[in-house]
Amino acid sequence: MEFTFTSKQEMLRKAAREFAEREVAPRVQEMDETGEVPMDLVKKMFDLGFGGLLIPQEYGGSGMGHVARMIVIEEISRISPPLGFTLQIVHLGQAPVIYFGSEEQKRKWLPELAKGALIASSAVTEPTGGSDVLGIQTTARKEGDEWVISGRKCFITNAHFSNIHGVLAKTGDREFSYFMVEADRPGVKLGRKEDKFGLRGCVTGEIAFDEVRVPEENLVGSPGKGLRVALASISNVGRPGVAAVALGILRRCLEEAAKYAKERKLYGKPISDLQAIQWKLTDIYMDYQTSWLLVYYAAWLRDQNIRVDAENAMCKLWATEAAVRAAKLLTEVFGAYGVLREYVPQRLLRDAQVLIPSAGTSDIMRVVMARKALEFSP
Amino acid sequence: MPYELVVCIKQVPDPRFISRIRINPETKTIIREGVPAVINPLDKHALEEALRIREQHGGRVTVVSMGPLQAEDACKEALAMGADRAVLITDRRLAGSDTLATALALSKAIRRIGGFDLVLCGAETVDGSTGQVPPQLAEFLGVPHVTRVFSLALKGREAEAKAALEYGYRRVLLRLPAVVSVIREINEPRIPSVSGILRAHQIPVEKWTIEDIGLSEDEAGIKGSPTIVSDVYEIEVRRKREVFQGPPEEAARWLFERIVSVLGG
Ligand SMILES: Cc1cc2nc3c(=O)[nH]c(=O)nc-3n(C[C@H](O)[C@H](O)[C@H](O)COP(=O)(O)OP(=O)(O)OC[C@H]3O[C@@H](n4cnc5c(N)ncnc54)[C@H](O)[C@@H]3O)c2cc1C
Repeated sequence: MEFTFTSKQEMLRKAAREFAEREVAPRVQEMDETGEVPMDLVKKMFDLGFGGLLIPQEYGGSGMGHVARMIVIEEISRISPPLGFTLQIVHLGQAPVIYFGSEEQKRKWLPELAKGALIASSAVTEPTGGSDVLGIQTTARKEGDEWVISGRKCFITNAHFSNIHGVLAKTGDREFSYFMVEADRPGVKLGRKEDKFGLRGCVTGEIAFDEVRVPEENLVGSPGKGLRVALASISNVGRPGVAAVALGILRRCLEEAAKYAKERKLYGKPISDLQAIQWKLTDIYMDYQTSWLLVYYAAWLRDQNIRVDAENAMCKLWATEAAVRAAKLLTEVFGAYGVLREYVPQRLLRDAQVLIPSAGTSDIMRVVMARKALEFSP
Repeated sequence: MPYELVVCIKQVPDPRFISRIRINPETKTIIREGVPAVINPLDKHALEEALRIREQHGGRVTVVSMGPLQAEDACKEALAMGADRAVLITDRRLAGSDTLATALALSKAIRRIGGFDLVLCGAETVDGSTGQVPPQLAEFLGVPHVTRVFSLALKGREAEAKAALEYGYRRVLLRLPAVVSVIREINEPRIPSVSGILRAHQIPVEKWTIEDIGLSEDEAGIKGSPTIVSDVYEIEVRRKREVFQGPPEEAARWLFERIVSVLGG
């Protein structure tokens, strides 16, 4: 058993923390107020190499892997959950090409995706319901050596600044295929940007595909096997990414709660002397630490190429629900100040709640874990 | 033209955790345990300036540090920021060096590195705060120097530096090779990128002893340090309090007069 980070990973955490504290922190308030994505910070994340952590070195990334990715998303989300979320979806958009792309597709797209010259969305969810993936209505039909895609996607993060979209479409009866669709192809239309109460400064919205033609070489993975492309990417990259954002929120909750408890004085002494406050702090501490273990354990397993769908679901469910609990406790530690917009707690609470449905609800995480739980019958 | 650039860096306790630092009342030394160590903040600005000069004119950046083995982390971080080579002078016999002994050791290491055009240092460290090493280093190297530089431009064998004074600044023209010490206004140090971090782990930090740099035992550490630290103590910060008792009208007037007198009106 080994619970330490490598020296490279430690240096990466330091760099990510420096970036977050120096460059991101001054922008947090503005992001929450306007809901706009700070594109200059997105560019800086690519310049620092945070966009290419999962992309192998031979394709222009660093190949530092899943643990490294969790470190960076945790550190950025400690300061700005929406920016951490934006980065996590950047990686999710790359995943189908990294894990299912042909050699030719990898050579064509990965170096551009690592640099940020290309940013890919991952468009799976439709108005018919995110949990019911098999029920999607977007179709792709073959015409000559082209595919023609029609349908509507909703809740698609980064859609409004992505220049290529990963799209899951029906290509037959209970058969799906995954396509990379350049955003400038005729018939690709961006719809509304959703007005979320949390994760403001990260854009989530609609895309419509109206008879959009793409060549055969834009199909990723085998034809008819697109469901696996989409679901494996969401399981191995999307869910852990959301969990890492939650971890950043938890860490911040612990720091803010400890700081406020030592500073706020009542009855002539700091409120950290009150046992009721200490218990809130220890609850936050336990939630941070248990989430930390689940998030990094699952990431470590993925780095060993071990299949971990249940562990991915578990860290996602646990860390996001823990973040909501911790943010609520933090809000209470702050008393009335906790609900004021100029103080951090209410923002963390709003951000944490948005993570619950993202990349699959807690109910769906339980559905995923149930299969593994049942395997324990002796 | 390409320049051979040398940057002196020191590992110090992270100033953000300054409140955790204690002084051992017996040995009069700083207790560093439990306080994270970082590159002295101003030294990062010196390194950033060297990297920018290299980007503009070409050349090579070597960092030199003197300190315990743990200072290798500081050297690695400098490599991650983009330095080409890192040398750590590390030897038990150097313990207790004052600024003179430090400057002598650094000068010998710099001579061993080979020819140099410019040595950059931070104007002072957050732990010692003497600001003496850069000028002493220049003397040992026999080259001109300028301290507290906030703007630097190289042209051929000359450098134009703007150096901060208490009021205003002075413009100095220097012949290279030279030593400059910089202040934070000169630039914004870069954050190490992922590729920088990976690169840093492929370049070994060279470790030199006093024999490697040709320093005798008498010139090193406490033996080579004429400075005597007679006392070190923590400053107690306490607010001065004055209490006025009386009706609000008079209290307001009293307060107004106090403020005016403090402002020097
Ligand atoms: C901030 C944010 C970003 C997102 N980004 C993306 C993105 O980039 N790409 C993308 O494709 N999607 C994205 N989504 C969509 C997300 O994946 C869906 O919201 C999620 O899958 C849930 O779908 P739904 O909202 O349609 O809820 P529904 O599927 O309608 O679910 C409604 C309720 O029914 C419950 N339920 C459903 N099925 C079951 C079951 N079998 N057992 C028990 N309970 C069940 C759910 O838990 C939920 O409580 C994002 C969502 C958010 C909030």
